[in-house]
Amino acid sequence: MIKIFKSKIFKRYITDLPAVTGSLILIIVLTAAVFAPLIAPQNPYDMKGLYLENSLLPPIWMEGGEVPFILGTDDQGRDILSTILYGCRTSFTVGFSVIVLAGLIGVTIGLLAGFYRGLLDTITMRLADAIFSFSTTLIAMLFLGVLKKHGITTIILAIIITDWIRYARTMRGSVLGVKEEDYISAARAIGANDFQIMFKHILINAIPPILIIAAVDFGAAVMLEATLSFLGVGVPVNEPSLGMMISTGKNYIYAGKWWLVVFPGAALVLIVFGINLVADWLREEINPKIRKRKVE
Amino acid sequence: MYKCIITRLTQGIFVLLIVSFVCFAIFQYFGDPVLTLAGRYATQEQQQQVRVKMGLDKPFYVQYAIFLKNALHGDFGLSYVSQTPVISLIFERLPASIELSISAMFIALILGIGLGVIVSLNPRNYINRLIMTGSLLGISLPTFLIGILLIMIFSVKLGFLPTFGRGNVIKLIGNWRTGFLTFNGFKHLILPAFTLGIYQLAVLLRLTRGGMLEVLREDYIRTAWAKGLPANIVIFKHALRNALIPVITMAGLQFGELIAFSIVTESIFQWPGAGNLLLTAVYETDHPVIVAYVMITSVLILCVNLFVDILYRFINPKIRYE
Repeated sequence: MIKIFKSKIFKRYITDLPAVTGSLILIIVLTAAVFAPLIAPQNPYDMKGLYLENSLLPPIWMEGGEVPFILGTDDQGRDILSTILYGCRTSFTVGFSVIVLAGLIGVTIGLLAGFYRGLLDTITMRLADAIFSFSTTLIAMLFLGVLKKHGITTIILAIIITDWIRYARTMRGSVLGVKEEDYISAARAIGANDFQIMFKHILINAIPPILIIAAVDFGAAVMLEATLSFLGVGVPVNEPSLGMMISTGKNYIYAGKWWLVVFPGAALVLIVFGINLVADWLREEINPKIRKRKVE
Repeated sequence: MYKCIITRLTQGIFVLLIVSFVCFAIFQYFGDPVLTLAGRYATQEQQQQVRVKMGLDKPFYVQYAIFLKNALHGDFGLSYVSQTPVISLIFERLPASIELSISAMFIALILGIGLGVIVSLNPRNYINRLIMTGSLLGISLPTFLIGILLIMIFSVKLGFLPTFGRGNVIKLIGNWRTGFLTFNGFKHLILPAFTLGIYQLAVLLRLTRGGMLEVLREDYIRTAWAKGLPANIVIFKHALRNALIPVITMAGLQFGELIAFSIVTESIFQWPGAGNLLLTAVYETDHPVIVAYVMITSVLILCVNLFVDILYRFINPKIRYE
C-alpha cells in the first residue's frame, strides 16, 4: 500500500488538479448513490409516501419551498434530491455493467483475433467498420425501440451488443504490437503454451489502453442510458433514471419550474464530467509521447 | 484507387444486406402490427383479414425476398398507421433533417477546427485552457440536456428564439422545402443546429488541437518558419493540412452519431424531420416506417463513409501513392 503512495504515478496523479477533482466528484456521487436508501429523505418510488399536494414545490431556499424537499419536488410530489440519488444508482449500474461485460467480451475476442488472425480477425474488423459507422447510440436506440421491453437489463444488453467491439479493436491492436517481441519468443522457448502467452504476457501489457477505453466508455454508457430513458425507450416509468426525470421536467420548463431539469441534469453532467477528467489524465499518463511534452 | 472504391462498394452492399436481414428478422418476432392495426378488440377473423392484406401470412423467406425486391424499387410498402407509401413519408421529411444536420456539421467544423487551431498555437494561455475545459464539458453534456438548457436560456428566459418546428419554409425544387431562405426559418434553425452541433464541435476541437500540437513540432514546420514564410501559410497550408487528416476521418465516423442525435434533437424541438417520424413509428410499432428509415440511413451512412474515404486519399498523399 505504502508503495503505491510513494510511486511516481501516484505523485503525478495527486498533483494533477483536474484528475483529483474528477475522482473526488465520482467518489462523492458514487457514495451518495450507494447509500441512497439511507440518506435520501424519501423513497421516491414508494407510492404510499407520495402526496400530490406536495407536487411541483420549488427548492427550499425559494418562496414556497418546504422541508424536507431540499431541491423541490416533481409533478408526482417526489422529492427531487431523493429521486436523483436513486437515479444515479441506475446510471452507475449501467455504467459499470457495460464496461465489465463489454470489456470481458471485447478483450477476449480481441485477444483471440489478434493472436490467431484468420477468419475471426477478418470478421471482427469488418464488423468493427460497420458498427463504428452506424454508431452504438443509433443501434441501441433502434434495438430498444423495436424490442419494446423496458428495463435496466435490456438497456445494458442494447449497449453491449455493439460496444464490445471498441475493446476488441484496441486489444487486437495491442496484441499485434507485442506479438513479435522478444519476450514472447522467450516465453515460448521456455515452454509456455498459447493460453499462458495470451493471458500472462500479452494481456498484462495491453491493459493501459483498455483502461482508457473503459473510462471513456463509462461516461458514454451513462449518457446513453439517460438519452434512451429520455426518449422513452429506456427504463420503465416506475424506475428511477436521470434521463426520465429530465424528460418529465421538459414539460414544465415553460411554466418556470426549472428545478425539474436543472438538478438531475447537473447530476448527470457531474458523473460524466468527473469520469472524463480522469480519462483525460489517464490518456496523458499512458501516452508517453504526450507526457514527455509536459515535462519539457 | 478505383480498386479500393470497388472493394468498399462491395463491402457496403454486403453490410446493407445484413442490415436489411437483421431489420426484417427482428421485426418478424417483435411487436404485433396486426393487433395495432385491427384494434385490441378485433375478432380472429378481422385479424386474419388484416394479416392477409398486409402479406403477413406468407412464410418468412418469401416476405424477405419480396421485401428486398420492393426495397430495390424504392417501395417499402404502406405505413401501418397512416396507410400512405412509406418512401414518400420519409422523403417528405428528409429535407428538414438534412438541413438540420448540415447546419450542425457546418457549425461543428468551422468552430471546432477554428478554435482547435487557435488553442494549439498557444496551449498554455489561460483563455485557451478555459476553452479546453469547456470542450471537455461539451463532450460531457448529453445532447438532449443541451437542447433543453438552450431552450430555457434563449426562449424561456430571454425569449428571442423560437423552439418549435421549422417556421416559414419556401418550396425550393420539387418536394424540397427549405428554411434557409426566410429569416423566420433561419431563426428556427439556430437552437436545434447548435444543440446537435455542440458535441461534434467539442470532439473536433479536441482532435484538431491534438493533431496540430503534434504537427507543429515537426521539422518541416521549423523549416517553414525558418524560410520566413508568413504565419498563415505555415499554419494553414503546412500544419493544418496534415493535422486535418484524423479530423476528417473522425467527422465521417461521427455521421452515424449525428443521425442518432438528430433523432433526439428533432424530438426536443418538434422538428418535422425523419428522426421525429422514426420516433413516432417506434411508439406506434409502425414497422414499414422503421425498416425504410433504417435502410435509407444505412445507404446515406455508407455513401458518406465512401466519400470520406476518397477525400482521405485525396488529402493524404502517403496513401494515394501506395
